[in-house]
This record gives sequence, C-alpha cells and structure tokens, in this order.
Amino acid sequence: MSDLLILRIVAKLLIPYILLFGLYVQTHGDFGPGGGFQAGVIFASGFILYALVFGVANARRVVPPRLMATLIALGVLLFAGVGLAALLMGGNYLEYAVFADQPARGNHIGIWLVELGVGITVSAVMLTIFLTIAGRGR
Amino acid sequence: MISLHLPALQVVVPLISAPLCVLLRRGFGAWLLATVIAWTAFAISLALLAQVLSDGALSYKMGGWAAPWGIEYRIDRLNAFMLVIVAGIGALVMPCAYHSVAREIAPERQHLFYAAFMLALTGLLGIVITGDVFNLYVFLEITSLASYTLVALGADRRALRASFQYLVLGTIGATFILIGIGLLYMVTGTLNMADLAARIPALQELRPVRAAFAFIVVGAGLKLALFPLHLWLPNAYTYAPSVVSAFLAATATKVGVYVLMRFIFTVFGARFAFEMMPLGEILMVLGLLAVMVGSLVAVFQTNVKRMLAYSSIAQIGYMALGISFASVNGLVAGIVHLFNHAAMKGALFLALACVFYRLGSVELDAMRGLGRRMPLTMATFVAAGMSLVGVPLTVGFISKWYLVVAAIESGLWPVAVIVLVASLLALVYIWRVVEVAYFREPDGDAPEVTEAPAAMLVPTMALAAACIYFGIDTELTVGVATEAALSLLEGGP
Repeated sequence: MSDLLILRIVAKLLIPYILLFGLYVQTHGDFGPGGGFQAGVIFASGFILYALVFGVANARRVVPPRLMATLIALGVLLFAGVGLAALLMGGNYLEYAVFADQPARGNHIGIWLVELGVGITVSAVMLTIFLTIAGRGR
Repeated sequence: MISLHLPALQVVVPLISAPLCVLLRRGFGAWLLATVIAWTAFAISLALLAQVLSDGALSYKMGGWAAPWGIEYRIDRLNAFMLVIVAGIGALVMPCAYHSVAREIAPERQHLFYAAFMLALTGLLGIVITGDVFNLYVFLEITSLASYTLVALGADRRALRASFQYLVLGTIGATFILIGIGLLYMVTGTLNMADLAARIPALQELRPVRAAFAFIVVGAGLKLALFPLHLWLPNAYTYAPSVVSAFLAATATKVGVYVLMRFIFTVFGARFAFEMMPLGEILMVLGLLAVMVGSLVAVFQTNVKRMLAYSSIAQIGYMALGISFASVNGLVAGIVHLFNHAAMKGALFLALACVFYRLGSVELDAMRGLGRRMPLTMATFVAAGMSLVGVPLTVGFISKWYLVVAAIESGLWPVAVIVLVASLLALVYIWRVVEVAYFREPDGDAPEVTEAPAAMLVPTMALAAACIYFGIDTELTVGVATEAALSLLEGGP
C-alpha cells in the first residue's frame, strides 16, 4: 500500500467515477462513441488503479483469478449464445432483427447483449493480464 | 432447417466449446467435451462437402447482411475439402490427446489446453470457410494466438522460446497480410473476396494493388513456413506438446497454403499473379530450395520430431511447386498434397506422441529396438513414412505423380528430377528411424516399455490406413482436387 495520503484519497475518490464512466460507455455504445471493448478497458482500469495504489494483494482479494477465468468464459458465451439464439428464432447467425417485432428494436437488443459480452470478457482479460504480470516474482 | 445453418455452426460449435472447457475446470470433462465437439465439427464438414458436391457452392450471410457489405461464408469445392481435412485431423487427434496431455501438461492447466485447442480449431475452420478477407485475418489471429499458447504449453522450457519465436514471426506474417488487405480496401472499397475479384482486373496496373499482392504473398509465406520464411517452424514443432505438433503440422501450414491459393487464384486471379507478377518463378525457386534444403537438413537430425519438422518444410515446398506451375495438374498435385500430407504427417507425429508417451523421449538413440517393443506404433510409423517417401500404393505417390506430370508438361525435366532426388532423401531419413528401431538392440538399461494405449494407437493407425487407402482409391481426393483446380483456374470462386 502506498504511503502517499493524497494519492490514496484521490484514488478513492476517482475509482467509483471511473467504474461509473465504464458502465456509461458500455450502455451508450449503441448510440454514441463507445462499446464493449472501450468500456471493458475503462472498467478494468479502475481496478488497476486500485491495485497500483493499495497493492496487488488487496486487489487479488477483490478479483480472485477463478472469478476472472469464469467471467472471461461467460462473456464469450454470451456473445456466441446471442448468435445462436438468433439462429433458433429463425434468423441467420447473429441476425439480431429477429429479437423483436421491429428490426431496429431487435438490432438494439442484440447489439446491447453482444457488447455486454465483449465488455465482460475484455475487462476480465485486462485484469487477468495485469494481475498475472504484477504478481510475478512474489 | 439445421442444414441451412451448417456453415455458421461449423465455426460456432467449436467456438462455444472453448469457454465451456474453461468453465468445466476439469481436464477429463474438458477433454470429453472437446472430443465430442471435434467429431461434431467433422460431421458438419462432411455434410457440407456432400452438399457442395451435389449442389455447387454455398453462401451464408452472417447476421443476415447481404454480401458485399456483410460477412459472407462461401463454400466451394476447395474449401469444403479443406474443412474436411482440418476437422478430420482435429477429430482424430482428440482421442489421442487424453493420455498424451495427461502425461505432458500439469493437471491445473489441462482444461485451458483444451480451450486453446478448440480456439485453434475454430480459427482454422473460420479461415477456410469465410469469403471475406478481413474476417479471414481475424480468424488467422484467433488461430495464431491459440497456437502460440499451445506451443508454449510444451513440457520442455525451450517451448517458451520456441513459442516466442513463433509469435514474433507469426505476428509479422499476419501484419503483412493485414497491410495487404488494407491496401486492397483502399483501392477497391470492398473486403468480400468475390467482389474484390470482380474489381481488381480494372485496377491491376495500380501500384497499391501490386504492393498488396507482395505483402499478402510474403505474409502467407511466413504463415505456411515457405523456405526461407520457415525459421519458426522447427523449434515450434519440436518443443510443442506431442498432440499439438501432430495437429499443427497436419493443419496449420495447410491452411496457410490454402490462404495463399485463395488469394492468388480467387482474389487476384491467375493471370495477374503469373503473367503480370513473377509469382510462378518465385514459388518454383523457393519450392525447389525448400524441397532440397528441408530434406537435406532432416537427414542430419537426431531428434525425430525435429526431423519431421524439417521434412514438413520440404513437403510445403512440394505444394508451392504445385502452385507455381499454374496448370491443372500442378494445382491438383498441390491440393491433393494438402490432404495427403495432412494424413501422413498426422500419422507420423501421432506415432511419435505414442513413443513419447511410453519412452519420454523422441531422440533417435532412445528409440533403439523399439520395433520389437512397440510393434504397432512403429509399423504405423513405417507405413506413413513410406507414404512420405512416395512409394506406390500410398498417398505420397499420388501427389508426386501429379507433380512430376505437371513438371514434364511444362517441359521442366530438371524439376521432375529434383522431386525424385528429394524423395530419395526422404527415404534416407525415414530409413534412419527404421534402422534404429528394427535393427539395433536396445541398451541394457533401457526402460521396459509396452505398446501405447489403444485410445492413442487407434487414431494413429486410422490415419496411416488413410495414407494407404487414399493411395489406392483416389476417386474422392483427386476427383475433388481436380474440380477445385479447374474452378480456381477459371477464376471465379
């Protein structure tokens, strides 16, 4: 843990907003700039800041590696599963238009879910890579 | 309904199994799932081949978006045949994997091994099936990243260095392909292969198109380990886990050759590649060098896996040579050799996996007298090895026959002679193993070994049997290859 009081307090103040901004980019990706990848990176960066200031050991307690491995897999499954759902509902693979009575609404739902899958996997991968490298030699 | 979606399922089924393997957390469960999925993928590929052979090329619109804007999966005879090769090898390697992986990889990593394996399979199938060049690049990266991981999982510490070397060179190759695709997109505004093929003839005088061609050929050359861009291959194949060597040697480089063929003949067109650009001469010289150098270096190896790796470089040279003639027989030789080499290298590397499983080594010295202690494994090795040499009634003979015919057709007698000389070199290096295994007495302190478990032996023998069966009954392989070669030379996909 860092001894620098200012650093700790600023980090404590910033982290909730970083996470919130990550969620904002995630949920508004289908209207404005953003999307799952960017959101995942921003969301993970909040945890990475925490690990830098409060130490990797503390961060590991928040994000256990087993949970991360599960999240990585679940994100991919969500993406691929949305595609399969479209296929089962009579469309082609990843044809979101079948999810609702209007194609635009269906596309909205499909893209939202797929981007959620991307966000989950990307943030979990980012954290896994950071914590794996940061944990070496300990 | 399901038959309409087979092109998507071919890629999606293995893709979904990868995260499921991660979630299962158990080596055995992941292996069981991966094996079932690999066989499912094989069944799908056979169904697709049957559909293509009866109804002609298939097209599938990903996400319902029509080509050229959306991603199109397009399956003609060539890639239907490739799908069967890749999925078939995957299906045959998986049963062997259980014992081999249990011995070579730590238990807490086994489920991750199967996840990476399924991702590699997904990527290879995706490269082959797609009709969109950017989608091809994405799948190329999926399969490459998964392969680097698989190689790095080798028990020997040198596997890490081999994997890093593979990563650096593989990334350069993929980047070159991406630069080429970017240049093509810049001048044509499209990424769909059929659309590119329609637009390029009007633009072929433009320098970006020529640069794109050069970048893509060099990038694909790195991926398929064309001499002298093969430097990553010997270490990667030598130090990777045994089943990974078998899978990658039988599929990854073949898919690289497929990518090269697809770009040359479908996207750029044979006339551009061979008349406006000197590709024929380049591929012929490099192919001949690969054949000679690869075979010569293989003769002097003491590690049998490394020997087979150099032999792979030589075999890739044969395929490049087949393409370089730009004639029907040359292409048939190239395409048929994709199948034939996959069968024989798969069998040889799986036989080595059996040897490693029992002996813990694939050094030539350690294999003394193995012919009596592991008779079935070594018999399989010899059968597949004879095929590598090109003995009549084996698949190797078929490939070389078409290659020599193509060379003579083009009036290139010296090329035919070099092919035959290189075959004799193959006999030399295979004979070294035969001599050690059958005519030397084992050391007094050699460990007592018995035959490999049936789960490993049966798929190995099945591949070796395929080497002989398809050497006698060539109707399927040569038939499909001839039709694929004709349609490639006509230009259209």
